[in-house]
Amino acid sequence: MTRVAVVVFPGTNCEHDTVHAFRSLGADAELVWHRQDTLDGFDAVVLPGGFAHGDYLRTGAIARLAPVMGPVAGMARAGRPVLGICNGFQILCEAGLLPGALIANSGLAFLCRWVEVEVISDRSVLTSLARPGQVLRIPLNSYEGNYVDPSLSGRVVMRYVDTPNGSQGGAAAVTNLDGNVVGVMPHPERGSDELLGSADGLILLEGFLASARVGAGV
Amino acid sequence: MKARIEIVRRPEIADPEGITVVRALHDLGFGEVTSARFDRVISLEVEGMSTEAVTARVEDMCRQLLANPVLEDFRVVIDP
Amino acid sequence: MSDQSVIIEDEETAPVEISSVHHQLGLTDDEFDRIRAILGRDPRPAELAMYSVMWSEHCSYKSSRVHLKRFPTAAPWVVVGPGENAGVIDIGDGWYVALRIESHNHPSFVEPYQGAATGVGGIIRDIFTMGARPIALWDSIRFGPLGQARNRYLLKGVVAGIAGYGNAVGVPTVGGEIGFAEHYSNNPLVNVMCLGLMRREQLVLARSGPEGTRAILLGAGTGRDGIGGASILASTPFDAASSQKRPSVQVGDPFEEKKLIEACLELYERDLVIGVQDLGAAGLSCAASEPVAKSGMGIDLDLDLVHVRESGMNAVELLMSESQERMMAFVDPSRVEAVLAVAAKWEIDAAVVGTVRDHGNVSVNHGGETVAEIPAASLVTGAPNYERPLGEPQWMEDLWSNTVKFVAQPAIATALLQMLDDPALASKAWAFEQYDHMLFLNTVIGPGHDASLLRVKGTDKGLALSVDGDGRLCYLDPRRGGARLVYEGALQVALTGARPLAVVDNLNFGNPEKPEVMWQLRETIEGISEACEALGMPVIGGNVSLYNETNGIDIYPTPVVGVLGLAAPLPSPPPRLDRALAGMELWLFGTEWAINLAGSTFELVTFAHIGGRPTAPDPTAGRAALQAGQMLAQEGVTPVLHDISSGGLALAVAEVAISSGVGVTVRYSDWRHLFCEDPHRFIAAVSPDAAIRVAGLAAEAAIPAAPIGEFGGNEIVFDRNGIRAALDLGVATSTWSQALSRRLA
Repeated sequence: MTRVAVVVFPGTNCEHDTVHAFRSLGADAELVWHRQDTLDGFDAVVLPGGFAHGDYLRTGAIARLAPVMGPVAGMARAGRPVLGICNGFQILCEAGLLPGALIANSGLAFLCRWVEVEVISDRSVLTSLARPGQVLRIPLNSYEGNYVDPSLSGRVVMRYVDTPNGSQGGAAAVTNLDGNVVGVMPHPERGSDELLGSADGLILLEGFLASARVGAGV
Repeated sequence: MKARIEIVRRPEIADPEGITVVRALHDLGFGEVTSARFDRVISLEVEGMSTEAVTARVEDMCRQLLANPVLEDFRVVIDP
Repeated sequence: MSDQSVIIEDEETAPVEISSVHHQLGLTDDEFDRIRAILGRDPRPAELAMYSVMWSEHCSYKSSRVHLKRFPTAAPWVVVGPGENAGVIDIGDGWYVALRIESHNHPSFVEPYQGAATGVGGIIRDIFTMGARPIALWDSIRFGPLGQARNRYLLKGVVAGIAGYGNAVGVPTVGGEIGFAEHYSNNPLVNVMCLGLMRREQLVLARSGPEGTRAILLGAGTGRDGIGGASILASTPFDAASSQKRPSVQVGDPFEEKKLIEACLELYERDLVIGVQDLGAAGLSCAASEPVAKSGMGIDLDLDLVHVRESGMNAVELLMSESQERMMAFVDPSRVEAVLAVAAKWEIDAAVVGTVRDHGNVSVNHGGETVAEIPAASLVTGAPNYERPLGEPQWMEDLWSNTVKFVAQPAIATALLQMLDDPALASKAWAFEQYDHMLFLNTVIGPGHDASLLRVKGTDKGLALSVDGDGRLCYLDPRRGGARLVYEGALQVALTGARPLAVVDNLNFGNPEKPEVMWQLRETIEGISEACEALGMPVIGGNVSLYNETNGIDIYPTPVVGVLGLAAPLPSPPPRLDRALAGMELWLFGTEWAINLAGSTFELVTFAHIGGRPTAPDPTAGRAALQAGQMLAQEGVTPVLHDISSGGLALAVAEVAISSGVGVTVRYSDWRHLFCEDPHRFIAAVSPDAAIRVAGLAAEAAIPAAPIGEFGGNEIVFDRNGIRAALDLGVATSTWSQALSRRLA
């Protein structure tokens, strides 16, 4: 069974939802406390959504110094699948594992609503089972959801059909050169059940798990 | 010693708060404002002997934590 | 703060000549004499401070307790009724839910963001202090008209505060309401409701345990926040000097509260605490005294051990502080180390500040001196119980006979468009898109519909909750208005397929020293009680906010009622507003002869008129509507169910058409049917092949039901024997969608 680590920082709040969604797909997902300094035995790691350290100083700024981030960086370098969802995306950028940064939504308001995102590339651990051009309906829930990348080195793998937050190039999900580290701003785990509005997020989570089974980036 | 750190948003990074404030100032009749940018000031109380040593340490703090180089530059002023 | 300096500058243990100080603390001369009689001497400054907060209106309900006794509170599924930090009911399968509603009106007028934020923080603490994980929030907020800049400022601040705190603390806001009326301009209302979920073994009450139990203060350091907030802010009306009260407002830290939630839940899971009490209004004074009083005990409290955020605080400040994000845990001595370790893990401060004693007193030590020694029970149950004079206002009869006489049918499409453009009735997406309403993957029906519907993972059940307030209706008839709110909330809950089980209420009223306000309070409580009894629902908790008065003008009596229901099983999918399709029939359930426009939105919006007497509720019709709605939802034969309330049938139909993106034609004979807001009525979208089954279920529930139109096209059409009044769906949609946001741009 694929073992996925879901990291919990003080202030993280989407960890149970993320575990729930992965377990519904048959994966063995476990919570890992931010002070743990090893990820041995895990095939993949997810930084879930929430407000790590209250977003104080800057969102993700303090979380990226946690002991667990050493092993996270190690997994990233080793080509293992690393996923940051919302706050997790912010932490990956602060940690330098993805280029760019997330700043306040252009409308200067928190945005919680369903959005449509178009898959641009299937060459990432998140989009590996999706089709380029496929449109998915998943929830956005963020204040700093606006992606900026002065270096222009991030690879956009999903973009908003109708950008709601000013994100550069409409970027909704960004990956590194090898495609094994992905940051996604909308929440795939919240689009994992028709009863709650959509199960489109499952194809993304399944792609992530499939990449973890294969044991490498794309 | 007191260290006053200015965290300054880099000019190429959009500042929607700044734009909104300029608009509001114009609505109030202050049409002479051409731009606004939101920077931050962090004040630290630091134990240390020399201004040079403390400055170097505080600049390290900025590089490692207090400023995000993708978005921000910083200026440090020490007040013994 | 000059009005505090008389006590603060000179703290002594000997009694001080302070005859005017008690006034500054909000105590009357009679209350002061009562304290002297209890103690047999003059009170010390710290003792006076404790009485002032514990006996404040907000904490002791001294003006309302005598009337609150009227509420029916018993039912087989009630585990904890009124009197604890939250009501608790048993929903089966080993699960309990906790529910509470609270107001934070006065602080929100003074500082809207922090007032609302700390209101959210406070209600959440009331829930997890019972052992439950807080899983959902609702807010019911009211302001003056948006044409005034100050009201826009207050609305934006309050919504930002609810969002800022609720999102960061990690509890989704899944529903609510926003209302507007002139008299809320200087008295905005911010009521917040919170739901918690726990395994039955997790339930914990505010009890102190036996002699020797340790009291451990957990959470944020104590500072000077909100000193006197309970006694000063919530217990007096506003005047021009109110802005000077700004320093009294508390500041919230949602990150600290999140850590506190997780730490406390771990303490409960590992059975490390005997009792827990959150620190809200009256701070340490309450947390130290209430649990011990309820257990018939006393406490030795050492203020030197309280962890602080500011230096140099004296005993009075420490006892009155309303610093947020603090809990008091009562812990067996053998468990203290383990509790401190849990606190350390979650990075929250903790300090052992006291020991439970059987002497029955709250004995407080500071700087080596005894600064207070008072009977614990006197703080908690010794507050006076006022039976304030009450009397029906002289203007009620005139108000009831002040009806509008219509000489011709008004322009229907125009009237509807006016209502769609009214911020009180239009889309609230501007607000609820700022709230995380999806966290925890429970939200089946979220904001933008009637009742919220949450699933209970691991079961086939759902929880439905509605929150509804109405000032206008209760101003015109408090008894009928109070009752109708209960029926309305219960119907909304039933329309999701749930059985209404319990009620919480937040009573927002004016100055209780006026007989007409006390009459309104008594009548409203009576109306709510009658409706609850008719529907078999207990009141499991509530809150009273009085003194919502500025410059002598009271708000309309504004009760806010929350109704909780259990859907077993959870209909999948449940009826909602947005599932109508072209070709479906539009059905009306409930009496056809609804033409009373007294108190209607129609009269207010088109004629700026409020007058006449609203129709009384009818228990038989009310129960029939509940039964019918619940059956229809459970059978899944009606993709859309929507109750008729503000705006009447016309607005209800428009809301469904707009949400579903499909036009509709409504046939009517008397135009007053379109705008009447009489209770116990709802509409449905029905596929033609389900019509017979729907009619059968309606007959079974003994409720009149008939098709009155059909969905289709791109207009909202009102057809009287071929004479059509039509409103373009696109125009209706854009007007309704933007009514609120464009006024706030």
